[in-house]
Amino acid sequence: MQHDAILPAAPAQSPDDVLIDIDRVTQVYAGVGSAVRALDRVSMQARRGEFISIVGPSGCGKSTLMMIAAGLLPASAGTVRVAGRVVDRPQTDLGIVFQSPVLLEWRTALENVMLQAEARRLPAADAERRARSLLTAVGLAGFEHKYPHELSGGMRQRVSICRALVHTPPQLLMDEPFGALDALTRDQLVLDLQELWQTERMTVLFVTHSIAEAVFLSDRIIVMTPRPGRIAREIGVDLPRPRTLAMRDSAVFHAVSREITDFFLEQGVLRERAAGLSR
Amino acid sequence: MSTVNARSPGEAAGDGQETALAAVEARVQESLRQRTARARRAALGYPILVVVLIVLLWEYGTRAAGVPPFILPPPTLIAQSLIAHWSMVLHHGWATLVEILLGFGLSVLIGVPLAMAIFLWPAFSRSVYPLLVSSQAVPKVAVAPLFVVWFGFGLLPKVLIAFLIAFFPIVINTAVGLESIEREKILLARSMGLSALDTFFKIRLPSALPTVFGGMKIAITLAVVGAVVGEFVGGEEGLGYVLLTANGSMDTPLLFAGVIALTVVGVALYLLVELAERLAIPHAALRQQARGGETA
Repeated sequence: MQHDAILPAAPAQSPDDVLIDIDRVTQVYAGVGSAVRALDRVSMQARRGEFISIVGPSGCGKSTLMMIAAGLLPASAGTVRVAGRVVDRPQTDLGIVFQSPVLLEWRTALENVMLQAEARRLPAADAERRARSLLTAVGLAGFEHKYPHELSGGMRQRVSICRALVHTPPQLLMDEPFGALDALTRDQLVLDLQELWQTERMTVLFVTHSIAEAVFLSDRIIVMTPRPGRIAREIGVDLPRPRTLAMRDSAVFHAVSREITDFFLEQGVLRERAAGLSR
Repeated sequence: MSTVNARSPGEAAGDGQETALAAVEARVQESLRQRTARARRAALGYPILVVVLIVLLWEYGTRAAGVPPFILPPPTLIAQSLIAHWSMVLHHGWATLVEILLGFGLSVLIGVPLAMAIFLWPAFSRSVYPLLVSSQAVPKVAVAPLFVVWFGFGLLPKVLIAFLIAFFPIVINTAVGLESIEREKILLARSMGLSALDTFFKIRLPSALPTVFGGMKIAITLAVVGAVVGEFVGGEEGLGYVLLTANGSMDTPLLFAGVIALTVVGVALYLLVELAERLAIPHAALRQQARGGETA
């Protein structure tokens, strides 16, 4: 068992292999009276094509970390490098999926996906072909010309995922993408995401609350402490791909989710007995 | 999404139950159809019924109670007056319509860009916004006589007063609409490398449209008020002028005819703005989202 101290950066690897290199990123917010520490010297690396989940309690700064990695928020200290280049402005070489689908209500599903292509001035015909094939891949064939308000929550999030992938980005950043969906829809989307990842092979940073989602999808899980967010553990998930729902009952799956659960129990993120209710 | 091919028990049991189920479906559909048809009839029927009742009550009430027509003329007398003076009402109604449209047009033409400037340019916002808000405390009706002094008795002062009253809700609603966009939409645009100009015109402005139209609907009704106030203060044209002269000669039926003509103009213009909204935002569901922001 590892300890919940700050681990050194991931084991040595050839530098070409690393796509995202987060080096001692610290985030501090000015607060009333004293400053609030959101992230405390977070270092991690993601290899090309790796699927990494970041799991932690609410307020641990995992979403902040993602925003910093995307260049949408400057870090108070520390650096992020993507493919060796320091990120000091919004990165455009990626796809982002937020918890809400963030679709433009006046555009159809296809037009929403195509916004990405328009912004990047990609050749329209090719982009549309790719957009349609992505929509088909996530089960939205026949819904291309529907408006967001005509789609279910799960369908909207699928459109948002297609939009994040239409330009074949090397990285996909997802911030609790399935947090607002019902359990069955989540399962389906998790399966769809795995399939997309296996065909596209982009690097994924997947921020989630859900231990099960993280274990199911990830090559490696980064577990964060409560605020100020530090990396407590990095756990590799040694399950073959493609993973099936039945693997959720496997010993490896159990061991990994157990390890994370135990850590959260230890940290007081989870409590098995409510303190005030003892008789 | 893969479809599940499990057969429902009804299907498995054979065609008899299937047709029974189809009959239930047909019944449910039919009852829904009837209910919506009834609701639609009621939506139109009840208001008409109420208006007819009020008119009847008014007509026979005033006659039975012997109310003198210069105090409250019965509807038939108002109708007669309207018919007798229709060309005059039409002429003045046209004048008022022109003033309203010019005033409203001006308030859109100036209000929307002003709101954009307020949004895009924080320093401008900080200096102009408080001024704008406090200017609303000045009663425009009180300024009207001043406009007569400055701009005379013609078209201009009326248009300016209509503009002055109408443009505030347009500025405020547009500014609020531009401001209140989901933060993620902007982050998304940045991660797409969308230019600031494209972000504004492709994402921010369309997002604000429902709120902008909410402001325009308030503005068009206010423009009517502004034009009439302008006519009250000076000039010899417009329905406001008709109201004043009818009042001066104690011709109450004509007064009422003028009010009705003004109402028709106001409602027609409101519907026109609503039509424009429908054309600009084709989807009912999108228009709906701004209903909350509409205070008129």
